[in-house]
Amino acid sequence: MKRTVCFGAAVATLLSTGAGFADEGDTLAEVKGRDQLICGVNAGLVGFASPDANGNWTGFDIAICKAVAAAVLGDPTKVKYVPTTGQTRFTALASGEVDILSRNSTWTFSRDTDLNLDFAGINYYDGQGFMVPRSLGVSSAKELGGATICIQTGTTTELNLADYFRANNMEYQPVNIDSNAEGEQQYMAGACDAYTTDASGLAATRAAFANPDDHIILPEIISKEPLGPVVRHGDNNWGDIVRWTLYALIAAEEYGVTSANIDELASNSENPEVQRLLGTTGDLGAMIGLDADWAKRAIKASGNYGEIFAKTIGEETPIGLARGLNAQWTQGGLIYAMPFR
Amino acid sequence: MIDRASAGRQDPPFRLSMLIYDKRYRSLTFQVIVFILVMSLVWWLINNTITNLANLGKDIDFGFLFSRAGYDIPQQVIPYNSDDTHFRAALIGLLNTLLVSFLGCIAATIVGVTVGVLRLSNNWLFARLMTIYVEIFRNIPLLLWILIIFAVFTEITPAPRAYRGEEGIDLFLGMVAPTNRYTAIPAIIAARSPGALELGRIAIPWLAIIFIGLLVAAVMLRRAINARASRIQERTGQRPVTWPVNLALFVVPPIALWIIFGLYLEIPQLAGFNFSGGISVDNSFVALWLALTLYTGAFIAEIVRAGILSVSKGQSEAAFALGLRPNRTMNLVILPQALRVIVPPLISQYLNLTKNSSLAIAVGYMDLRGTLGGTTANQTGRELESILLMMLVYLAISLLISGAMNIYNSRVRLKER
Repeated sequence: MKRTVCFGAAVATLLSTGAGFADEGDTLAEVKGRDQLICGVNAGLVGFASPDANGNWTGFDIAICKAVAAAVLGDPTKVKYVPTTGQTRFTALASGEVDILSRNSTWTFSRDTDLNLDFAGINYYDGQGFMVPRSLGVSSAKELGGATICIQTGTTTELNLADYFRANNMEYQPVNIDSNAEGEQQYMAGACDAYTTDASGLAATRAAFANPDDHIILPEIISKEPLGPVVRHGDNNWGDIVRWTLYALIAAEEYGVTSANIDELASNSENPEVQRLLGTTGDLGAMIGLDADWAKRAIKASGNYGEIFAKTIGEETPIGLARGLNAQWTQGGLIYAMPFR
Repeated sequence: MIDRASAGRQDPPFRLSMLIYDKRYRSLTFQVIVFILVMSLVWWLINNTITNLANLGKDIDFGFLFSRAGYDIPQQVIPYNSDDTHFRAALIGLLNTLLVSFLGCIAATIVGVTVGVLRLSNNWLFARLMTIYVEIFRNIPLLLWILIIFAVFTEITPAPRAYRGEEGIDLFLGMVAPTNRYTAIPAIIAARSPGALELGRIAIPWLAIIFIGLLVAAVMLRRAINARASRIQERTGQRPVTWPVNLALFVVPPIALWIIFGLYLEIPQLAGFNFSGGISVDNSFVALWLALTLYTGAFIAEIVRAGILSVSKGQSEAAFALGLRPNRTMNLVILPQALRVIVPPLISQYLNLTKNSSLAIAVGYMDLRGTLGGTTANQTGRELESILLMMLVYLAISLLISGAMNIYNSRVRLKER
């Protein structure tokens, strides 16, 4: 009897800690009260999210955290970064351990509905690709039959990989890994012939190699991977704040608002949409529980979407990603902010 | 007189305060109170969990087990592909857990008994070496051993493509190829195969069934022969020579199988990216198995040593006085008596090994923790259900092991009559 009771108590303790803080509905009040934004990020993917030598996090996904912190708390540095793996990320968000997940996560149906998450928008349109050593002599994913492939568990890429090889009637041997760093190590040691993840992740990983040119990213893109920041389902106001902070960064690029000219434009822009965006006219901030300058601070934190892209993962950086699909809609890309009105 | 005295000592009428002040009721009272408190705590925790889950919009539903899994698993004991259900994926994981635990328990016992005996050896060098082994493995966490052994495999062994071509490395002994992913070893193939027993999607080769049948028969025959030899020895004082028959029992059948079915070794061949033919034993499996074996073996060695030391020195002196050689003394006199002390702690070592096998996740070995508690839980978002199931399964495995070992224990423990 005693043993059964102990077991039951242990089970219940474990269960309740998993879901302990989940029912607070007002994330905005909580973040303001704490005076700090807790941001779930990738445990290390150069260009997207990685700590530098001094422990300062930088990257494309980090810029979202900074922008939200600036909009909500007035200071882009008031962020605590919590590194998460592919397996822990959604649990961390659902359990309330983090306020927002800015960690190249793919927007899928079941995550949006069954996992009770809300995707606040898309900050990078990606697709799954393969990287192989040049010496392997492979030029197409169709030649990978029988190969050993490193794959991060708990990702959409894991499922896409299984489907792709099944659809093409090819065999493969998966090597399950937990994080990008581990995958990089296994791939470099030759424990797998190919490494597969989002093409942007491959580019970022390759950029960190000593000899990036010894590795090629195969032309096949086998899936759609729309990546973006995620919040818990149910707290709609918080979702709006994150969503419109992202749109503010995107709209700023579209209207030519940069971190350099933002103060000037805030006072003398003729464009009514820019005026509304920067809080010169109208009162958009109040509608989401923030002040009039929220978007201005968000844009100032690390620049507009284009500036962030260029600084962290763009063609001038070692990662060298072209804008491609991620160009503004006015430039033939898919990046599109809803109207500020 | 007597009646009156006993009537005078009759229990006073029951009062509520006696629940606390009367020694007879007090212990019961406290047990009831503690029981109520514990149960309320349990109720509160469960209620809290359900409320929180409801607030999250999550319900408890095990239906996900029967939807398509969609992911692949490197090592499979029974057939599986990504179109199978999460349930089958969990089953694959469970079988992988059982496989590595079973092989680990056997190997750890062999290592433990050998080291435990050698540690008490009169040979100074052996005894010291074994002490070093035991202390090193006992005092460094298992996870580190798993990672170290895996890293050694990955870093020092060549990639399969290093075996390719004229200037490629030769296979070890012409048939074994250690690589940074797996070790390719030859498989035994029958030229005239008797086919396989089909059980749904599982096919068990008849050859394996025949072989195991012959092995069991040989073991039983050997027992009968030895029992007969003992009877003759008791009657006549002369023990008939049994070893040629015993040897033949274990040597003749395999050779006969070899000839009848035309068995041959299938040497692994490098085809494309990887070896094909033969058997590929995953490094993650070997690393986990080796680490579990060496780590638990060190603990078992100490248990064995304690058991041996618990047998009075007079026993071995008496055995030597009878002229028994040291290894027979150990096998016939010391170890049987030591087993009484050895078996109970050995049970917990087996349990530890089985539970520790869940560290497999560190090297990407897909055991129950990797499939049900890892990918399935993550892809379906059903962490709670998965963890519950996993706890139940591990509990069941542990209870089974400890039940079986307790039966064994009751057979070897000192019979008091």
